[in-house]
Amino acid sequence: MTAQHVIIIASALGGLIGGMGMGGGTLLIPLLTLAAGLEQHLAQAINLIAFVPMSLVALFIHKKNGYVSFKKSVPIAAVALVGAVGGSFGAKYAGGRGLRIAFGVFLIALGVYQAVKTAVSAVKAHRAKKRAQAET
Amino acid sequence: MKDNVKTGLIYGGGVLVGAVSGFFGGGGGMLCVPLLEAYGLDCKRAHATALLIILPICIVSASIYIANGYFEATAVLCSVIGVTLGAAAGALALDKLNGTAVAAIFAALMIAVGLKLTLS
Repeated sequence: MTAQHVIIIASALGGLIGGMGMGGGTLLIPLLTLAAGLEQHLAQAINLIAFVPMSLVALFIHKKNGYVSFKKSVPIAAVALVGAVGGSFGAKYAGGRGLRIAFGVFLIALGVYQAVKTAVSAVKAHRAKKRAQAET
Repeated sequence: MKDNVKTGLIYGGGVLVGAVSGFFGGGGGMLCVPLLEAYGLDCKRAHATALLIILPICIVSASIYIANGYFEATAVLCSVIGVTLGAAAGALALDKLNGTAVAAIFAALMIAVGLKLTLS
C-alpha cells in the first residue's frame, strides 16, 4: 500500500466515526499521525480543512429540519473566532512533540467526559424504564 | 445562577471553544454542545447549532495553518476523499446501531488513543 492509500483508509475511518456524530474529527488526527505517519501540525490542518465540506452538508440538512438556532450561535461564534485565531498561532509555536502530548491529554479528558455522560444517561434511561414498568 | 455569571461563562466558554479548536485543530465541537445546552438549547438543537459555530472557526483556523505552511495537496485531497466516504457510511449506519454502545466504544477509543499519544 502506498502512503496515499493509508491516508484514504485512515480518513475513511475518521469520517465513519465523525458521521456517527461522535466528536467529529477528534480521532481523525491521531489516525493520520499514528497510522499514516503525518506530522502533528499537518494532521491538524487536514482535520480543519476536511471538516468544512462535511459540516456544510450536515448544516444544510439540520437547517432544513429547523434545528439550527442562528440567534444563539452569533455571540458564541464571535468570541470563539477570537479564540481560534489565538489558538491557531499558538499551535505554530508549540513543537510537534509537545502538541502531540497535549493532544493526547485532551483526548483522555474528552474520553472520560464522554464515558461519564454515557453512563449517566444510560442509568437515567434504565431508571425511567423501571418506573414506567412499576406504574403499569 | 446569576445572569451576569452565566453570560460570563458562556462568553468565556466560547473563547475556549475557539482556542481549543485552533490549537488542537479540532475537538471544539465536543465542548460547544454542552455550552449551547447551558445556553438553553435542547440536545438536537445544540448539536446542529454547534456546527454553525465550528464552521467559521475551522475556515479561519485552516487558513492560518495553511498560511503557516502546514499543507500538502496530496495528503489533503486523499483525506477529504476518505472522510467524505466514511462520513456518509457512518451517517447511514447510525440508525442501525445502539447509541449507548457506540458512545461507550468511542469513549474507550479516545482514552486508549490519548494514552498512546501521551506515552509514546
